[in-house]
Amino acid sequence: MSTIRVLIAKPGLDGHDRGAKVIARALRDAGMEVIYTGLRQTPEMIVEAALQEDVDVVGLSILSGAHRTLVPLIRQLMDSQGLQDVPLLVGGIIPDADHEALQAAGVSAIFGPGTSTDDIVAYIRQVAARD
Amino acid sequence: MNPDEQQLVTQVRAGSRRALARLLTRVENESADAMLAALYPHTGQAWVIGVTGAPGTGKSTLVNALALYYRAQGKSVGIVAVDPTSPFSGGAILGDRVRMRDLAGDSGIFIRSMATRGSLGGLAPATRDAVRVLDAAGFDVVLVETVGAGQGEVEIARAAETVIVVEAPGLGDDVQAIKAGILEIADVLVVNKADRPGAESTARALKAMLELGHPAAREGFMAQRERLLPDDPPEEHAPLWVASVVQTVALEKQGIDALADAIAQHRLYLESSRLRERLARRQIEMELYQRLQSALMRRLREKISADEFALAVERVSAREWTPQQAIEWILELLVAKD
Repeated sequence: MSTIRVLIAKPGLDGHDRGAKVIARALRDAGMEVIYTGLRQTPEMIVEAALQEDVDVVGLSILSGAHRTLVPLIRQLMDSQGLQDVPLLVGGIIPDADHEALQAAGVSAIFGPGTSTDDIVAYIRQVAARD
Repeated sequence: MNPDEQQLVTQVRAGSRRALARLLTRVENESADAMLAALYPHTGQAWVIGVTGAPGTGKSTLVNALALYYRAQGKSVGIVAVDPTSPFSGGAILGDRVRMRDLAGDSGIFIRSMATRGSLGGLAPATRDAVRVLDAAGFDVVLVETVGAGQGEVEIARAAETVIVVEAPGLGDDVQAIKAGILEIADVLVVNKADRPGAESTARALKAMLELGHPAAREGFMAQRERLLPDDPPEEHAPLWVASVVQTVALEKQGIDALADAIAQHRLYLESSRLRERLARRQIEMELYQRLQSALMRRLREKISADEFALAVERVSAREWTPQQAIEWILELLVAKD
């Protein structure tokens, strides 16, 4: 099985990256290659990175509350650039009330605070099966 | 090549970035042999620049600044950023893109992060193949960034035409580059973070090492980089290249024009003395040896069973055989099986 490549991105102005880094390390320890974009990424930058790195999965970390705007936009951009088959995962602070809207917008999974990294690893392994 | 692969190759040559990304993935997974064969005749146009040095010297920031400079000149730039795979988990954190945000949104730039994936000693063949793909895709310059950690620094010299070694003042040991092998392979030595104290003395120390070096030692550098092939006329002596020392503050984009200038001088030197072809030939030699090692080991593993190998281990552990005797036994077994 080829190595799973994951993009972990921090969109928007959210400066809290500890969670994203914890996830990145957990995925690395699970044998995955993690491309970490750093802070303050625009949706365009995130999709460009996902495309160039040909990742299996895109993970967004958002604690700023801007998910209702950013997430659908990123999903749309991914679709328009040929990345429609790449699952989009979201972590951070996402109120339960917003889950349905995000899922309708094309998010594959939402991992809130307290999710075990084992669960995230297992999920990614499952959805990342490619050609 | 099946139709899928043919299409991928055509799309890459036509400038599709999605196709390029997918092809690079196949290269990393070692499932791109036919496509690489189709692209190989189109390689050799790009100038390949290797950037190496200890962690924390500012390599990614420097690559960012240098790429911007080349873009301003109208050159397209492909970047391969290599980071080490964890030997424990097989995973990796590839974070070089973090330093390259200036390059975002520019269609004349393509950045690919790669992990070393535990290649047997040095630069992975996949990295070299990735460089070739970017070359064949039409990029004018290809920058390869690797972390220097002993072996890594020397390895990049086998894949790049101009090798830049990045130093930074105040990292602990006075001048890292004085370690064996690094001075020999550097074509340009960069003292980055030159706004910090000690930059001037670091630059001076490096220049002193290079200038005061015995001419015979310098001949050693060149011999290591492009050994004269048996059929070259012995009287043909190219003038020697002495590495330039450049100071930069990559974060502020200072000193980048001096760096680009040094690189251009080196390129002129290689091309005018026809050393470019000889260097390429020497690099191919070394690459073939490296690939042969892997291929032969793989073949050996196919022919020698786990039990047979375990037997050899047992005999050596019991001190009945020396390790060398075990090897000879295995090799004889290999011959007998053919």
